[in-house]
Amino acid sequence: MSDHPPPRVRVTGPQRRQAQTPRTRTGDIDEETPLGGVYLGSLLREQLWLALRIVGLLVVAIGSLPLVFHLAPGLTDVRVIGMPLPWLLLGIVVYPVLVLLGWRYVRRAERNERDFADLMRDVER
Amino acid sequence: MSHDIAPGIVAVTVVTIATLLIGTWGLRFSRTTSDFFVASRTVRPGLNASAIGGEYLSAASFLGVAGLVFTFGADMLWYPIGWTAGYLMLLVFVAAPLRRSGAYTLPDFAEARLGSGVRAVCSVLVVGIGWLYLLPQFQGAGLTLRAAIDAPEWVGPVIVGLVVLANVTSGGMRSITFVQAFQYWLKLTALLVPAAVLLVVWAGDGTPGGGHQGGWSMPLADGGVDGLYTTYSLIIATFLGTMGLPHVVVRFYTNPDGRAARRTTLVVLTLLGIFYLLPPVYGALGRVYGDELLAAGRSDVLVLELPRLMVPGLGGELLTGLVTAGAFAAFLSTSSGLVIAVGGVLTQDITSRPWSGRRLDGITAFRVGAALAVLVPLFVAIALPHVGVARAVGLAFAVAASTFCPLLVLGIWWRGLTDAGAVAGLLAGGLGSGAAVVWVLADGSAGGRAALLLSQPAAWSVPLAFVVMIGVSLLTASRVPAHTRRFMVRLHTPEAVQVDRGPM
Repeated sequence: MSDHPPPRVRVTGPQRRQAQTPRTRTGDIDEETPLGGVYLGSLLREQLWLALRIVGLLVVAIGSLPLVFHLAPGLTDVRVIGMPLPWLLLGIVVYPVLVLLGWRYVRRAERNERDFADLMRDVER
Repeated sequence: MSHDIAPGIVAVTVVTIATLLIGTWGLRFSRTTSDFFVASRTVRPGLNASAIGGEYLSAASFLGVAGLVFTFGADMLWYPIGWTAGYLMLLVFVAAPLRRSGAYTLPDFAEARLGSGVRAVCSVLVVGIGWLYLLPQFQGAGLTLRAAIDAPEWVGPVIVGLVVLANVTSGGMRSITFVQAFQYWLKLTALLVPAAVLLVVWAGDGTPGGGHQGGWSMPLADGGVDGLYTTYSLIIATFLGTMGLPHVVVRFYTNPDGRAARRTTLVVLTLLGIFYLLPPVYGALGRVYGDELLAAGRSDVLVLELPRLMVPGLGGELLTGLVTAGAFAAFLSTSSGLVIAVGGVLTQDITSRPWSGRRLDGITAFRVGAALAVLVPLFVAIALPHVGVARAVGLAFAVAASTFCPLLVLGIWWRGLTDAGAVAGLLAGGLGSGAAVVWVLADGSAGGRAALLLSQPAAWSVPLAFVVMIGVSLLTASRVPAHTRRFMVRLHTPEAVQVDRGPM
């Protein structure tokens, strides 16, 4: 008679909504959390270092030439394949060097950005 | 001068008509406002790089470098090296972030990054640098037409000014892109073909050597340590000035995204490297065949006169026509780019404002702005015809390097920049290098250490601008804009990553 039915219990599944939208790393950047700052800072530092390394190579390879010729003026009389050395270096050789530095920069910078995009995607999966 | 003027007249006419025709043809692709201002941001790297190269290779590159190398020797090779290396600096520090910033002009970038207080200073500087750079284009046009068709020196500037105004006010960015790309290849051909013929002639003469005086092969300026200072100051101005030239920056916004902006810059670097192999050939051959030009003080027209001096008869006349066409294309393309950039800023900041209650409509405002952009340097060019072509361009680079280079580099890479710091740095660099400009245009003859520092200001004015900009920013750290971090996200994150980039 007094068979009371057992009290009602709400049965629920696991929290699926939360599992569907985990906190993403881009979310960290959007909400300007300290972690987001770390992500952005690492990309910024990586790209800036790359730029400074390329500029360093430029200074060593080309920027040093006036100083070298100032210290060793005898070099102006050296002839390589029939051309005076300064004309060969300043008139011809510098241009492929500049293109090579630029090419190297573009490849590295794109790789840094790919790595950053992969990092952002990792958590979204 | 008693030579035949026909090739010159034909060349100038053909280039002018081709420019107007291609501009009109490009109009058929220009349908929307976005086409008009930024070619809808869909220009492919190859075409865009040709257009940038076409716009960038000015009178100073086409005529000036050969004349300078001819007169002064190997230390002048630093001009073309600097103008090319400037694009490497632009590539590594500015190209992709600037495209991603969404700014169309330098004042737009400054306002988006730091607020409207910086805008006015930037606008004044853009107009100043643009006018300083237009001046030698107009003067070069005068020189060229005098050499080619014996015209009085005011004719060249007036023709170039009118053609540029016609093209710019009717066409917009999409059609100008085709015109500029065509003009790069025209300029390359116009130097390459005559150079090849002249080298064959030179080899046929038994490769005579010129009167190589001792200093001519020395790759730095005369005068020991002073010469070293002059050369390094030139290197700093040209390496760092390119990124601050108003007409260069506008072009980056026509790229689809940051990655394309980088690739475009790399192609530009290659195109410029190929082009700049040629002017020194003329300079060196001039030493062998062109002594009379040097004696007459007409080294600026070496490129135009050398074919006639080396190849007699019809062949020489044809080559002269070709180099004249290339030179004329150089004035037209560089002036068009500058007038678009300067006219755009004048439109935004002056002519579209309401004046005594009345406001001009958009297109009229742009036309008035473009007319102002042409007329002021045109009158100065006619009034002051004797400032060296490469000299004035060098000063424009020094001013750009002392003002916009620190603003862009710090604005893109340093979160601590404030509006007060930016204005202080722009004023310090702008006034310092501006004083040098006034001094050179007004007098420029005195000797001594002060004169040396004023004639090549970049080596002290660029560091000064950086130090002031950083120092004042640190002192006013509370003024760092609230949206700085969001703006940094926009500048540096690749387009493939979905993040909030703030309002566009």
